[in-house]
Amino acid sequence: MDRKRCTLKLLVQPSRGLVDEMFIILVQKAPSGFQLTVHALHKCEDGHSWEAFGHYTADTIGTVNVSEDPSLGGTYSGVEQMGLLWSLRPVPGSKPGLRLRKMNVQIPMEVTISVYQGHQTEGFMDQVPLASVVVERWYMAPGVSRIPITEDRLSATLFLPPGPGPFPGLLDLWGGGGQLVEYRASLLASHGIASLALDYLTAKIIMETGKMVDLQYFEKAYKILEQHPQVHGSSIGMLGLSLGTSITLKMAVYSEVMKLRCAVCISGCHMQPVDGSVEEILKYFNQNADRTRISEENELIWRDVLLPVPSDLAFKVDMGRLKCPLLVVVGEDDQNWPASESAMDMEEMMEQAGNSHLLTVLSYPKAGHLIEPPYTPHARASLFKSLATREKMIVLWGGETAAHSRAQEDAWRKLLVFLKENLYSGSNPGTTSLSHL
Amino acid sequence: MSPPTSPILSVQPTRGLVDEKLKVVVESLPPGSPVTLHSLHHSEDEDYWEAFGHYVSDFRGMVSVSEDLSFGGTYTGKEDMGLLWSMRPVPGSRKGLRLRKMNVCSPMLHNISVYSGHVSEGFREQTPLTSVLVERWYMAPGVKRIDIMEKGVRGTLFIPPGPGPFPGLLDMWGGGGGLIEYRSALLASHGYVSLAMDYFNSQELESADLEFKYFETAFNIIKEHPQVIPDRVGMFGLSLGSLVTMHVAAESTIVKPRCCICVSGSHFYPNTFFCIAENNHHVWRDMWIHLLDDPSKKVDVGKINCPILLVNGKDDQNVPADECAEDIALLMNAAGNGHLLSRVLYPDTGHLIEPPYSPHFRASNFKAAGVATKTVMLLWGGQTKPHSDAQEDAWRKILSFLQHNLYSSTPPRAKL
Repeated sequence: MDRKRCTLKLLVQPSRGLVDEMFIILVQKAPSGFQLTVHALHKCEDGHSWEAFGHYTADTIGTVNVSEDPSLGGTYSGVEQMGLLWSLRPVPGSKPGLRLRKMNVQIPMEVTISVYQGHQTEGFMDQVPLASVVVERWYMAPGVSRIPITEDRLSATLFLPPGPGPFPGLLDLWGGGGQLVEYRASLLASHGIASLALDYLTAKIIMETGKMVDLQYFEKAYKILEQHPQVHGSSIGMLGLSLGTSITLKMAVYSEVMKLRCAVCISGCHMQPVDGSVEEILKYFNQNADRTRISEENELIWRDVLLPVPSDLAFKVDMGRLKCPLLVVVGEDDQNWPASESAMDMEEMMEQAGNSHLLTVLSYPKAGHLIEPPYTPHARASLFKSLATREKMIVLWGGETAAHSRAQEDAWRKLLVFLKENLYSGSNPGTTSLSHL
Repeated sequence: MSPPTSPILSVQPTRGLVDEKLKVVVESLPPGSPVTLHSLHHSEDEDYWEAFGHYVSDFRGMVSVSEDLSFGGTYTGKEDMGLLWSMRPVPGSRKGLRLRKMNVCSPMLHNISVYSGHVSEGFREQTPLTSVLVERWYMAPGVKRIDIMEKGVRGTLFIPPGPGPFPGLLDMWGGGGGLIEYRSALLASHGYVSLAMDYFNSQELESADLEFKYFETAFNIIKEHPQVIPDRVGMFGLSLGSLVTMHVAAESTIVKPRCCICVSGSHFYPNTFFCIAENNHHVWRDMWIHLLDDPSKKVDVGKINCPILLVNGKDDQNVPADECAEDIALLMNAAGNGHLLSRVLYPDTGHLIEPPYSPHFRASNFKAAGVATKTVMLLWGGQTKPHSDAQEDAWRKILSFLQHNLYSSTPPRAKL
């Protein structure tokens, strides 16, 4: 194609959006029947490059609409409006075991979307595209405030939605990798929920004292939310993923201080020593470390370490005592935790106790452990730093990319509806405000 | 204690370009309740601007600004963008203000809020039910901004993202001078390499020597840029910038613009800026009219040989745009190039035809470049609602004219 006369136009709407918003990618004024590749490139905070691409053929008027036309090949196929994000993978030659996570939520992810001639699969960086645009993907809506919290020796960040409030609140817990991971809390604040991201494994107090936190640490975090002038103290929920689920369930059922309005547990289990805090929970997990398996690709499979589901009630949270609605999200191909088995046992316990009306289980076939906000690239396995051994190893999370990505999208939408229904009054949780997702 | 019953306000997009439409929806209100939708902006000059509309929620407790009617406030009726274009300085503000974004690398921030009842004043003393913050950008992501100080030309170049090459535009404002970047940034966001020129520095100007060569040089800077298609460079002028555009298009033997856009311009060469005061507002319109009869004082528009679009307001109190456009048409028809001319004329529209949804000012403080150091209150004209409609319509027509003449592969035609 003559570069000088190339009139091909590329449009991505919106050019600045939240990470859970869909975008529309339109290629126009290509020659009729033209074969082209739509390509996405992202350079993450760690300096690694990630790419995704789809092969398309322009129609008779020279248009390609990624939301309507099928990709004929590439890192995704079929009609996949958001395929260019969820199928992002490290470029060839990258270090193995990478995982894409945004640590600085105050600046957006920048993705360059380009159009290349023909159906290509490599060497994109050595060519000049026919057109390209830059798209910003934000974890924080305008007006969301980010407030570091250090009182009571907590390591946390509070995200407040814009406006006078008061807002419902949420405690947001990640898993065994530790660190203060903010992106989900900032995204939830962008949806009107005052969210507190809490580091409970690598927090300053742990580094300084050498001891794991006790349950009062979480209760202090709850109190910070409850007493905040812009938070509605009686509308606080809790969300945990992986190890965060263990804490969430323990607090939801046993804490005298926390009066949770609802809870969400993603990729976790109810198996843990009922009397005990973080340290005891971790010890319990490690006692069967010998049940770790290794995959053919030398990845660690940890799901058996917690199996079988015990019948001894000293080692699983008494779900019959749960008094608030609970949303459980599991991936059926979770290779890290036996989340499905646990969900089944929780359901049984609650049916026997008569409180199963509180439970909703979302179970996704071929989804893995890391069920993240939508369009986050799927990591089937990645480098994980074990807190116990301080070693980095490649851990198998599981999941098949397309199915996992569909699960992330569906789970997020349902999670937002669940939170809004339970944390706001009334039964109409802003259907319009979610319609663009 | 029951959870909060606050209404839910959603504004889409929360980060958009200034010419994109907003969708504002409020839900979970009590049914049939009166509410006020309010927008507040704190300008770079530290003034506050606001707009508001009075609505009533439906049986589901919902208000949709694009579908419902406003029954009062700074705008009425079905106005999806009223919260932006009807903004005006809050009561108690300084007089003669004009809202212009000087730093285009950051967005304009608007606080959109919902108040209970039909409120018309004292918004700051009340707490809204809910509010969101909206960003409005002149620059799309990936647009590059480059300071130009080359061969005597001062300006800012904006380049769209991507390899290019792109068509180019020389973008010129009016007699107020200074380096105004926002329209160029927006044009680059639409795919045009655009050079905002500082050609009339208020400080310097005594010899109003709009040197011809200066514009030819600027035009060539764009033309010779590696990311510009050399035979697809046009010119865009407002007010005095229109005069420059027509002059270069008619007289230059060196530069050949592919097309021209002249907003609120006249084709007279000014020699002095004398004013007739009216209501303490300086009105410059009438002084030009008598010049219409003197051909030596006009641009020889018969020599223009590229498509040219004139955009004018019928209530322009600064230049007699309507009369000028008529005269230009006469002259061009007589010269046999009338087919290159397109004119749009908007009723009740003033001089400052800006990108859409910009607030309208019938008059504002103006420091005329070269008129000593006196700041006067200049009457621009226009009535807010029709002027805002004109801005929206004109922008769409301008973009389509540019698309056709600078992007299309068929030979350019003037007629829209």
